[in-house]
Amino acid sequence: MSELVRVNDFVIKLANVNGTGSASANSLLMKAIFRMGVPVVGKNYFPSNIQGLPTWYEVRVTHEGYMARAGQVDVMVAMNAQTYAQDLAEVASGGYLVYDSTWPRTEQLQRDDVTILGVPLARMANENFEGARARILMKNVCYVGALAALLDLDLDIIRELLEQTFASKPQLVGANLKAIRLGYDYACEHFDCPLPLRVAALDATAGHIMIDGNTAAALGCLYAGATVGAWYPITPSTSLMDAFSVFCHRYRIDEQSGEKNFCIVQAEDELAAIGMVLGANWAGARAFTPTSGPGISLMSEFIGFAYFTEIPAVLFNVQRVGPSTGMPTRTQQGDLLSCAYASHGDTRHVLLFPANPQECFSTAVEAFDLAERLQTPVMVLSDLDIGMNDWMVPELQWDESYRPDRGKVLDAAELEQMEEFYRYVDRDGDAICARTLPGTHPRGAFFTRGSGHNEKGGYTEDAAEYQAIVDRLARKWETARTLVPPSIVEEQGSDIAILTIGSGDGAAREARAMLAARGLGFDYLRVRAFPFDAAVAGFIERHQRVYVVEQNRDAQLRTMLINDLAVDPEKLHPVLLYDGLPISAGSIVATIENDLARGAAA
Amino acid sequence: MSFIRKPKINYSGQRRNSLGLTVRDYEGGMSTLCAGCGHDSITSALVQAFFELEIEPHRVAKLSGIGCSSKTPAYFLSTAHGVNAVHGRMPAFATGANAAARDLYYIGVSGDGDSLSIGLGQFSHAMRRNLDMLYVIENNGVYGLTKGQFSASADVGSKAKKGEVNEQRPIDPVKTALAMGCGFVARSFSGDKQQLLPLLKAALKHRGFAMIDVLSPCVTFNDHEDSTKSYAHTRQFYHPAIDADFIAPREPIRAGYDEGQAVPIQLHDGSQVLLRKVAPDYDPTDRAAAFTYLQRCEQQGEIVTGLLYIESGRPTMHDINRSTATQLRDMPYEELNPGAAALAELQKRFR
Ligand SMILES: Cc1ncc(C[n+]2csc(CCOP(=O)(O)OP(=O)(O)O)c2C)c(N)n1
Ligand code: SF4
Ligand SMILES: [Mg+2]
Repeated sequence: MSELVRVNDFVIKLANVNGTGSASANSLLMKAIFRMGVPVVGKNYFPSNIQGLPTWYEVRVTHEGYMARAGQVDVMVAMNAQTYAQDLAEVASGGYLVYDSTWPRTEQLQRDDVTILGVPLARMANENFEGARARILMKNVCYVGALAALLDLDLDIIRELLEQTFASKPQLVGANLKAIRLGYDYACEHFDCPLPLRVAALDATAGHIMIDGNTAAALGCLYAGATVGAWYPITPSTSLMDAFSVFCHRYRIDEQSGEKNFCIVQAEDELAAIGMVLGANWAGARAFTPTSGPGISLMSEFIGFAYFTEIPAVLFNVQRVGPSTGMPTRTQQGDLLSCAYASHGDTRHVLLFPANPQECFSTAVEAFDLAERLQTPVMVLSDLDIGMNDWMVPELQWDESYRPDRGKVLDAAELEQMEEFYRYVDRDGDAICARTLPGTHPRGAFFTRGSGHNEKGGYTEDAAEYQAIVDRLARKWETARTLVPPSIVEEQGSDIAILTIGSGDGAAREARAMLAARGLGFDYLRVRAFPFDAAVAGFIERHQRVYVVEQNRDAQLRTMLINDLAVDPEKLHPVLLYDGLPISAGSIVATIENDLARGAAA
Repeated sequence: MSFIRKPKINYSGQRRNSLGLTVRDYEGGMSTLCAGCGHDSITSALVQAFFELEIEPHRVAKLSGIGCSSKTPAYFLSTAHGVNAVHGRMPAFATGANAAARDLYYIGVSGDGDSLSIGLGQFSHAMRRNLDMLYVIENNGVYGLTKGQFSASADVGSKAKKGEVNEQRPIDPVKTALAMGCGFVARSFSGDKQQLLPLLKAALKHRGFAMIDVLSPCVTFNDHEDSTKSYAHTRQFYHPAIDADFIAPREPIRAGYDEGQAVPIQLHDGSQVLLRKVAPDYDPTDRAAAFTYLQRCEQQGEIVTGLLYIESGRPTMHDINRSTATQLRDMPYEELNPGAAALAELQKRFR
């Protein structure tokens, strides 16, 4: 067994049973490391279930500040007898496994290359705490204490975190500290602490926060001035509206009257949720809905309606694994195509792809501006990994000079000056027509209809009139291309490149560094929106091979690139990782190296 | 065809309301429905109601789904914004619009297919939320626009034009509305403008969801013998239980009402509905009794009409939300944005 000292670069995985309150213990562990100034990545692998099934939490300690899952486990805390064998098998050679030694372990479950550390967690919790629930919770806190000793965590920071967490219930601070101490002392007494894998204070997290993408997106909606939200609960998007509601209750209630400057409607289904969002936008409020794949399927008819009638709307699709109900608590980028072309007929929708929670915040604001500027639905596509996991990102900043871009909306004074108003006349040549809000002025009236209409907004079945409208919508798409956030490009003149999207960013960047270390220099592009901005086609043009890294089976991003840009499909080599787990750099490297080897052999 | 604009001729001497508008100013595009379609009579009653209530047309939002009935918002109030949403989903659109701009009058026009078949869920939930709107179902027992299939309101024993007999029990919008807690439930007939007009006016002034089921024969697909939604059948089994008259604020109660029998109901803006019982044992303020009465009459094949249930003062969606009086769409951005300092402060808990 190697005794190589590895500081600030390893993975701890905690195997728990869901419903046992392990989440708060695990987040205490992660926050403690973060506050020691060491970058961390937290990934939660939870079941679609409320109580009794296996659940895992993974903390990657990474002094280099990588954003992705590591793809290996160095320290396993095996708290779930049901998955013990699987958990033991997952530990990398030379790693450690901590388990609850209150009860004897089956003899067969041994590994010579893994150090097994038994801590009588349940016994200590039972001897020191009263009540079944408290004992279960304190058992978890106990293992944090043991890990504190094993990994050399700062006990003062743990104390400070507990004091802040339980500011309103100070009696809990003492109990938690006692549990920490029990685990800590036991580990110090029985093991050689700290382990060669350990944490050492750094100064690499200043100016950063740990936040999940749904919370950040909700803040974006708040700051963008959204007032109406409609939704139907679905994992993994639910926490977005939950967070929006919490923020609205804090910042949007008039202190004197108690009246709300917002209206959140829990709709009867997603068909209704999108209908409400369209109604609210049509009437002039900023309104949005968060959902996930099955919700998008239900919303499709209304999305096409909004596209054709040119009503702004903001949708968040926090993607999970499909098809159908799929795996609701696992991550994927499987809805790219179904969102891009949602609804029947010729439809295309503006999509935005944040790569992390910080971008969820800024992209949410951009989404409202784009939706109103372009008068069309804009969908922000994140995923479960971004939406529900805590990421370390730079603190969110707000520019006080920001004012919403409400797009072309004529007010009463403008209408008063006009001879006549027609809804779908392209006066400015950008294919975007002026709209009016109900109740503004008699001259502003028009009829919104999803059936064939002409420039004047009148019903039509006339071939030329119909075609003029859909052709203008195609031109509007080109306007959108110039307004959406541009791709991130890092180019050093290599003829091979990695192109990715959304949460693929962290793993792809890390893979790029790994490949560079092996002498393979890759250029890099991350798309941030559909339609693809002008830079993308040129980038693909300039490279021999472009590895398109995405998290679905059918190379949906690749299909969209070919569709939207008419680029040479031969150049686009798919790297498809879609098992539902956040992707790791190692799996990208392996796929690329395989492909390169095959290319060399051919 | 609906893209034909009706020429606006202002005959001098036409009656003007206090806004200086004539009935003509409340009209819309030319109807493209079949001659004799019940829906057109409802449109003309709506024009009259808005005119008499002296509502500024552009302060109205007209909404509908899809169907012959749903086309009708194009045929009244040409200076009001209108929407043909998708089939059966107008209530959701109305909910969002009302959430954003609560000061407008909302009128939804729907069909029995639109509200009771594909849209039953949204129809029910709009009532559950007590959305502040007038909701008219133009009920003909069939899908007119797709050429005569039975809808969910078709009665047992009713015969389709092609001969098929419906054996499934109908969904009655009135009983549905009663069950969903709706605070204004009425039924009328497109052929009885005298009854319909005051109902529409009272419904527009009712604060909360007002549902009027208007029997509106489809002359093309469901007006034959053995149809229970024909003009003839409706007239024969028509059973007005309650007469309602609408009295605007400050308008004197006209003579002719028997004081003892008439029950005045106050609406929120000071107008009143005067209810006169035609059926002496009917109580339009007792939900359970209304239900029982309807059930009994239905068994005898009678079509009970009138203002069948009224309960003013139920909290609306905005009351329950405790929304500000300012329309959300008019909230100044500065009041909606907590600012950079608040953002920095709230992020402390993410450290
Ligand atoms: C999703 C969808 N399915 C089917 C249709 C076809 N369709 C149009 S109108 C209609 C029925 C309308 O019936 P009703 O609401 O009773 O209106 P009426 O024409 O009888 O006034 C149907 C089925 C549609 N427009 N959309
Ligand atoms: S088909 Fe029936 S409902 Fe439709 S317009 Fe003709 S008469 Fe009216
Ligand atoms: Mg019908």
